[in-house]
Amino acid sequence: MAVISYIDAVTMAIREEMERDSKVFVLGEDVGRKGGVFKATQGLYEQFGEQRVIDTPLAESAIAGVGIGAALYGMRPIAEMQFADFIMPAVNQIISEAARIRYRSNNDWNCPIVIRAPYGGGVHGALYHSQSVEAVFANQPGLKIVMPSTPYDVKGLLKAAIRDDDPVLFFEHKRAYRLIKGEVPNDDYVLPIGKADVKRKGEDITVITYGLCVHFALQAAEKLAADGISAHILDLRTVYPLDKEAIIEAAAKTGKVLLITEDNKEGSIMSEVSAIIAEHCLFELDAPIQRLAGPDIPAMPYAPTMEKFFMVNPEKVEQAMRELAEF
Amino acid sequence: MSIQQITMPQLGESVTEGTISKWLVKPGDKVNKYDPLAEVMTDKVNAEIPSSFTGIIKELIAEEGDTLEVGEIICSIEAEESGAELSDRDPEQISQEKKTPTNEKSEDQNQSNKTRYSPAVLKLSQEHGIDLKQVNGTGAGGRITRKDLLSIIESGDIPKEHAANERVVREQKETVKNEGIGAEKPRPTAPQVSVVAGDIEIPVTGIRKAIAGNMLRSKQEIPHAWTMVEVDVTELVEYRNSLKEEFKTKEGFNLTFFAFFVKAVAQALKEFPQLNSIWAGDKIIQKKDINLSIAVATEEALFVPVIKMADEKTIKGIAREISELAAKTRNGTLRSEDMQGGTFTVNNTGAFGSVQSMGIINYPQAAILQVESIVKRPVVMNNGMIAVRDMVNLCLSLDHRILDGLVCGRFLQRLKEILESTSKENTSIY
Repeated sequence: MAVISYIDAVTMAIREEMERDSKVFVLGEDVGRKGGVFKATQGLYEQFGEQRVIDTPLAESAIAGVGIGAALYGMRPIAEMQFADFIMPAVNQIISEAARIRYRSNNDWNCPIVIRAPYGGGVHGALYHSQSVEAVFANQPGLKIVMPSTPYDVKGLLKAAIRDDDPVLFFEHKRAYRLIKGEVPNDDYVLPIGKADVKRKGEDITVITYGLCVHFALQAAEKLAADGISAHILDLRTVYPLDKEAIIEAAAKTGKVLLITEDNKEGSIMSEVSAIIAEHCLFELDAPIQRLAGPDIPAMPYAPTMEKFFMVNPEKVEQAMRELAEF
Repeated sequence: MSIQQITMPQLGESVTEGTISKWLVKPGDKVNKYDPLAEVMTDKVNAEIPSSFTGIIKELIAEEGDTLEVGEIICSIEAEESGAELSDRDPEQISQEKKTPTNEKSEDQNQSNKTRYSPAVLKLSQEHGIDLKQVNGTGAGGRITRKDLLSIIESGDIPKEHAANERVVREQKETVKNEGIGAEKPRPTAPQVSVVAGDIEIPVTGIRKAIAGNMLRSKQEIPHAWTMVEVDVTELVEYRNSLKEEFKTKEGFNLTFFAFFVKAVAQALKEFPQLNSIWAGDKIIQKKDINLSIAVATEEALFVPVIKMADEKTIKGIAREISELAAKTRNGTLRSEDMQGGTFTVNNTGAFGSVQSMGIINYPQAAILQVESIVKRPVVMNNGMIAVRDMVNLCLSLDHRILDGLVCGRFLQRLKEILESTSKENTSIY
């Protein structure tokens, strides 16, 4: 099995799906000739041609809208938002059209679109190149939001998203693109959307998180293990709809729960996870549910010191985990 | 190179001194920073004193067995580099850091969370019959963690609850404590009563339970004092009787004596607002509005609906409200807002012939006035003659925390004046 980077897993999944199904096509800003600003679609233009790898104007609402129209016609578009921060002009298309069409048409129509977007901070991207936007979409039934943490999950979940008959938002952490590497099989495999994954088994505290923060938690868990603290780590993978069963099971396992997101704290995915635990696990809890998240300020600052203040990092995670273990 | 002093560290919040039990170094030894220098014994913990510097031990100032106060010098070190960076570090912090891994969790730690039980801990302790009082917690502030219980359960050595009589003692202590505080709900005591055939058992629920609770609370918490005045209401009786029939025909409800008394009380309270007060624990709140609670009895229970702003109403207005509230009480349409906001209670005990009674204050008000039955009695008048007069007793129970006898005496005196001067000439019912 080859060890490849997170972004190569993205490319691999798209290529395999385009080879498998001629209805699959890619559209977005600079995705064609340039191969994407992060090179996520590198080589696809050469392999599949301009009919299936389409460079679009700088108009996110059109990228989403064209994709949704094609999807309603039976195509399988993969629309790329260059940065998740730029998705805002497309929100109306995504929420009012893609998410609603099956319900609105009484099951006559469906919209099998994937919208990919790199999110997250820690790359000195400042305001418009660092944000997490999942919470904006996370109370819109009809949508699915997938945020994988490892190359293996990326490939399996992106393939599942492309084959899904309904709209899927697929958010990739841009810092993970070249930082995170892992084993990815060459075979064709899919992973179930809506299922969380235990990334580490432990007995003392439970950490529930997703995306890049999974790696921070895994690193911290290694350090804590040396001090005899054993951490159980659940990777949500799909943040909407949530895998309630897995969340409840993981929370009840240790009774001490730390929820981590790099998004702003209030109203984040973790607020919902916390509510699920509070509703179901009262008598299993041994400590108040803890959240570690970005502060409630509008966006990632540019100054490196301030970016560090905003971003969740391994040190903050380790400290929060240690405090919870000692409670 | 510089000579640095190592002092006795503070090894716990309340620790003031420590005894060097053993030196781990001798003069001339090379030590790294954080290396242990000596074992130290305090009344709370045994610990090691770490070196704050890297260097060579110069002199051991304290001897084994010496007890030194915190801050006293125990030895000196010829330090390799300037110790400035380190010497400002809290020595306690260092020793704490060193202690944690060796799991030396002893009584020196704060135990403020020892009896704060999480749901998980309570659940486990109940399922396995663990007496939490006997468990030492390893969590923050001595908190018992779920993990503590899991390891106890695994070990099989479960601390069970002590013999029952010990618990009774503890409960009794708690009861005493609660009564001391006073504000706690008193524990219901169930006397041993044997029930024989023919006895009827009536469960204490709903309104009866509420009455029981309120009365008990008032009687237990409020230091009641009691006083009574006698009032000559001959003229009031005459006045009212002269209006009675006509009033009933014209207005459609009864002009009761009680309405005159309520009006008089409202008027007197306006002049003595001290009695129109509420007990609020650490303060007394003198109420601006005069809202009079009046006691209305039904077969099953007692209600105290409120005549709001009684001082602003005429005798007729009060009579109407009494009649309406009484009707509502009897046909069960009294709403809770009808019973809220009372600032003083007037109780018409005379209605059932009583001539003297000691009311229980309607908690948290300051006083209650019982208007007794009007009876004809021979009275020695100012001119020395004996006359047949309509007399009534007014009995006042007062919260002696809020009120003293003087102000209550004056209040009753004023009430007496108002009532005795109530007559056709002086008083309008409209």
